[in-house]
Amino acid sequence: MSGTFVGMPAFPKAAHEAVGNTTLRANLRHATHTIRDKRAKAVAELDDWALLREAGKQIKDHTLRHLDTYLVQLEETVTAAGGTVHWAADADEANRIVTHLVKETGECEVVKVKSMATQEIGLNEALEEAGIAAYETDLAELIVQLGHDRPSHILVPAIHRNRGEIRDIFTKEMGEWGRPAPEGLTDTPAELAEAARLHLREKFLRAKVGISGANFMVAETGTLVVVESEGNGRMCLTLPETLISVVGIEKIIPTWRDLEVFLQTLPRSSTAERMNPYTSMWTGTTDTDGPRAFHLVLIDNGRTDTLADEVGRQALRCIRCSACLNVCPVYERAGGHAYGSVYPGPIGAILSPQLRGTASEIDASLPYASSLCGACYEVCPVAIDIPEVLVHLRERVVQGGPATRQGNRVVLKPAKGHAAERAAMRAAGWAFVHPGALRAGQRMASRTRRFHPRTLPGPGRAWSATRDLPQVPAEPFRDWWQRTHGKKESGK
Amino acid sequence: MRVALFLTCVNDTLYPDTGRAVVNLLTRLGVDIDFPMGQTCCGQAHYNTGYRHEAEPLARKFSDVFGEYDAIVTPSGSCGAMVRELYPRMGERARAEGRGDGLAAALAPVVPKTYELTEFLVDVLGVTDVGAYYPHTVTYHPTCHGLRSLGLGDRPYQLLMAVKGLDLKELPGAQECCGFGGTFAVKNSDVSAAMGEDKVRNAGSTGADVLCAADNSCLMHLGGTMSRLHTAMRPVHIAEILASTEEEPLS
Repeated sequence: MSGTFVGMPAFPKAAHEAVGNTTLRANLRHATHTIRDKRAKAVAELDDWALLREAGKQIKDHTLRHLDTYLVQLEETVTAAGGTVHWAADADEANRIVTHLVKETGECEVVKVKSMATQEIGLNEALEEAGIAAYETDLAELIVQLGHDRPSHILVPAIHRNRGEIRDIFTKEMGEWGRPAPEGLTDTPAELAEAARLHLREKFLRAKVGISGANFMVAETGTLVVVESEGNGRMCLTLPETLISVVGIEKIIPTWRDLEVFLQTLPRSSTAERMNPYTSMWTGTTDTDGPRAFHLVLIDNGRTDTLADEVGRQALRCIRCSACLNVCPVYERAGGHAYGSVYPGPIGAILSPQLRGTASEIDASLPYASSLCGACYEVCPVAIDIPEVLVHLRERVVQGGPATRQGNRVVLKPAKGHAAERAAMRAAGWAFVHPGALRAGQRMASRTRRFHPRTLPGPGRAWSATRDLPQVPAEPFRDWWQRTHGKKESGK
Repeated sequence: MRVALFLTCVNDTLYPDTGRAVVNLLTRLGVDIDFPMGQTCCGQAHYNTGYRHEAEPLARKFSDVFGEYDAIVTPSGSCGAMVRELYPRMGERARAEGRGDGLAAALAPVVPKTYELTEFLVDVLGVTDVGAYYPHTVTYHPTCHGLRSLGLGDRPYQLLMAVKGLDLKELPGAQECCGFGGTFAVKNSDVSAAMGEDKVRNAGSTGADVLCAADNSCLMHLGGTMSRLHTAMRPVHIAEILASTEEEPLS
């Protein structure tokens, strides 16, 4: 397993390996079902859940509609509170800004709060190239980093690992990065947590620069909010002298009061907690406490393009709770790595092909990584109709059409590899508007039914490798109907 | 009331017994049901695979064929959801593409009068005991589009529980998708098969001898999996159970 998603194969190929990995299947099944059930209980406790969900959706939609206004307001309030705001159009620009800011401090190591945005832009790799060591301090991110691995879940990046695997990673790798794991480390949760605590404490106390993302940015006050469960994030946000926060532009909300909704829906949706354990909020810098310098790097990286799409823009409402991953039957079996992105699962399947486009093999395959069962939409706390966006993106893949890339309106060509399917769909479409042709086909199938094989060659093998074909009946229904009810008025 | 049977292309071609069961059941309940011969396919496979524009003529044809009836009944949750949930969306998209209100107006009449079979029985006819007899142990799989798009809720259970002789067993993980998903079944066949096998295993754990659902597409996938795994269980559409009586039991 390498630490990058670049050059990933299409989803079905990556999923094929995951489906056959029994340890991974067991780890994922246990973890997703546990949290899925807990979430359902936590949500059921609130009588006004449907209203909170609708409120969250409306706040996000309103903000996205007036994003230009709120971003400028945020820049003003953050600046007034002593922070500095930087704007990054894409990942490279964001990485250049952050690398420059770290170098200005003269430091060559940083501690990091768990952050999806910095993973999305590949910040750790960019810093490493510049000779800066970035230490992940979220327990699961630490496991991923020490294991030279990739995250496979938004909230629980090491969900694919069991305790035994984590013990082995700690024992082998901690010494390479700092304080080694204690001798004779077992796989009990308390011992593993203590090993991580000792290893990380050394880094917290030494670090002069902290890097974070944010769950929310409040436009009216310039306040940033990080929602986490361990307290490690708060260490990074308060101990260093310089704090750099890298945040997607869609994480903004207009007012402090809007937090009332999301601080109820996010914890219950993600960890099934009634109240989040560590909610850190800061507004610029404070003379007597905390970081002396605060930089906010706002990243676009495909978000404005996504916002331009009427159907797809709802993906920007996402508050990264992971409820859709935990309930998804495809994620449960394919695992997070198959999605080839830091955003796996149903939300990743609609986010990655929008943020990155549909040009690569993996991104063009993601909209199909769903049976459209709708469980993701049902649990989404901001009511993102993920199946609707998946189908919309399938259309973009097979038909091409208008889209926005780097701020320009373009007309995309259909993706490669769909020509045969397109021809079949057109032929079927023709037959279906000509009932006579359909009937002829049905009769042909019925007459030749004795000769039908149980398994199919070529692409049909995808069905018949694991499933028998249904037996074609002696006559289609319509022939029976005409034989038995034919004299009756039969409509058109 | 003029009632049309929208059987669906899959049932017409592969599962005529389900069609006959709906006709027998509704006739027994005093409904004069017609099968408009012009019907073909609602366009769901096209739409869900990304061929929305190719689905539009099929939707128009559907509206043309069924528009004159007072009620349209279908023994398929997913095809019912196509008409009820996605036809309005197709109209909206056409409008958003600057093609006017034509499609939306053409499709609007059929949307509110399309009913999935169990909805038609419980909501329109107001019956839960349809006088059926089916002396078997049955477990019910609520298919995704029936469950989440149409919101069939406990209607199928109410109907099954009123069937004489039927022993209904609760299916563990009932609300999880079976893995069919239309073209998903072949585009992501490994994941689809794994989901199907898990569903069949859960169904087997109930000890039931029949796995019942209100959608033959899902049952085609599950039945094919069962037969490949040589399980003792068999798939049966809910219409066939409800049509079965002591005088004319399901063979």
